[in-house]
Amino acid sequence: MTATKSELSTPGSGRGLLDVYSNRFLLKLLVRKEIKVRYRGSVLGLLWSYVKPLMQFMIYFVALGIFLNLQKATPNYAIYLFSGIVLVNFFTETLGNSTRSIVDNRDLIRKIYLPRELFPVSTVLVSAAHFLPQVVILVGASLIVGWTPSVLQLLAAIAAFIIVAILGMGLGLLFGAINVYFRDSENIVDMILMVVTWASPVLYVWTMARDALGPWFIVYQANPMTVAVEIFHWAFWYPTLGANQVGMVELPPHLLTLWLPVSLVVSLAVLFGGQFLFRRLAVHFAQEL
Amino acid sequence: MTVTEKVADNIAITCRGLKKVFVLRNTRSMKESVVWLLTGRKGDLSRKFDAIKDISLDVVQGETVALLGLNGSGKSTLLKLISGVLQPDGGKVQTRGRVAGLIEVGAGFHHDLSGRDNVYLNGAILGMTEKQIDAMFDSIVEFSEIGEFIDTEVKFYSSGMYLKLAFSIAVHTDPEVFLIDEILAVGDEPFQRKCIKKIKELAAAGKTLFVVSHDLDLVSTVCERGVLLEHGKVVMDGEVHAVVKELRRRSETSEHEL
Repeated sequence: MTATKSELSTPGSGRGLLDVYSNRFLLKLLVRKEIKVRYRGSVLGLLWSYVKPLMQFMIYFVALGIFLNLQKATPNYAIYLFSGIVLVNFFTETLGNSTRSIVDNRDLIRKIYLPRELFPVSTVLVSAAHFLPQVVILVGASLIVGWTPSVLQLLAAIAAFIIVAILGMGLGLLFGAINVYFRDSENIVDMILMVVTWASPVLYVWTMARDALGPWFIVYQANPMTVAVEIFHWAFWYPTLGANQVGMVELPPHLLTLWLPVSLVVSLAVLFGGQFLFRRLAVHFAQEL
Repeated sequence: MTVTEKVADNIAITCRGLKKVFVLRNTRSMKESVVWLLTGRKGDLSRKFDAIKDISLDVVQGETVALLGLNGSGKSTLLKLISGVLQPDGGKVQTRGRVAGLIEVGAGFHHDLSGRDNVYLNGAILGMTEKQIDAMFDSIVEFSEIGEFIDTEVKFYSSGMYLKLAFSIAVHTDPEVFLIDEILAVGDEPFQRKCIKKIKELAAAGKTLFVVSHDLDLVSTVCERGVLLEHGKVVMDGEVHAVVKELRRRSETSEHEL
């Protein structure tokens, strides 16, 4: 038996999100567990991840596209709608589940020390795993109507996804930590999730918000979700338009040069704020749960 | 961070002036809080309870320590402070090497996963790497006596099988310091003997053991040193048989008082 040369360390002191990286293997297992367990005992299983967004899409398409006739002013409205919906779904799933992740894993947190950030981070990855197949559907549908994206548009779409992931994780850490102390947090998040579909140009066109909001449009546009959805429109919907249709639509100005960096900064600020508060509150998770 | 006292190289666990206070909130509803504010903040919305009051303790590597005391004396709290689940409100606790808590086996089990998946998940939770689990897997299954049921979902296991598998994973995690809380009563008697044998092997291999149990006969065979806690304070620290005797004397006198 060789004597251990390791230094004395203080138990339970983590380095926040950095610790998640050193526990990659556990993170992988947690994500796999979530995916396996999510639809346990259901016949359709993972298919539910497609059925639900498709249903949601149909409702909006029929109600807004056909009844309110938004599809008249917006060519390929179905693609427009779906590209926004998948991104918002990714956000709502991330935020909703990460808010509950700490309380849901209370049995573990109360008994064994693990970097607690693992739980919110794993929900982000699980949401991403449900998001990707929806993107496949989106790409398939776009290709059918003649999608020819540029490399820049594809890169921008990836950037938009990353922005949403960062924002969702940051808010998830924030509300997940608060949820331990006040279960009101869950309800606040439910409300945010209700608002988020309408606070970005998912169902309508951004020019409607610009015309109605006037000087307040800056605030609307500073929402990273708005920018991400607009980028998705630009990457998936805009390249499907024919030459005669391009003239009908107006793209938000300075989308890549100004708003993309701004939304990235806003999302990162939310992530740092969320992580800061999470670390402050995580110290007493075990005794408050 | 400055270390005020020089700590010897062979120390596995060191506690200095450790304190832990639990705040027991009586209410958390908005209405009651508002009423409390409006009525001039009479009374207290929370009560404080000192679970650990000023404990200083050193455990040398390879030592086997039994933490003894009646219910509510702070044993489990101390264990949780050492494992890092709880953070102290005063003082300092430090450990050397990897610490694994056999605290409530099966805490990381998921009922809808198979035994195999749970071995990996629980092993990783207890700090094992993928390679370590791969290498230990057969040994874990063999020790647990689960056999062919390893690919069955855990929810179909009997409670004995469940505990056996959980315990088997825990003893295979191979940390330097073992924290054991009330889990020696696992499974049927043959399996229990096997567990105790395994724990003695660990002790013989130079692992540091820190055991909480109410089974006094058992701890006195496994451990050399006893630490007696009462109301969050160390009241006796010495050879295990003497400490067990003292605990028995104290519990008898408290019976007489009743």
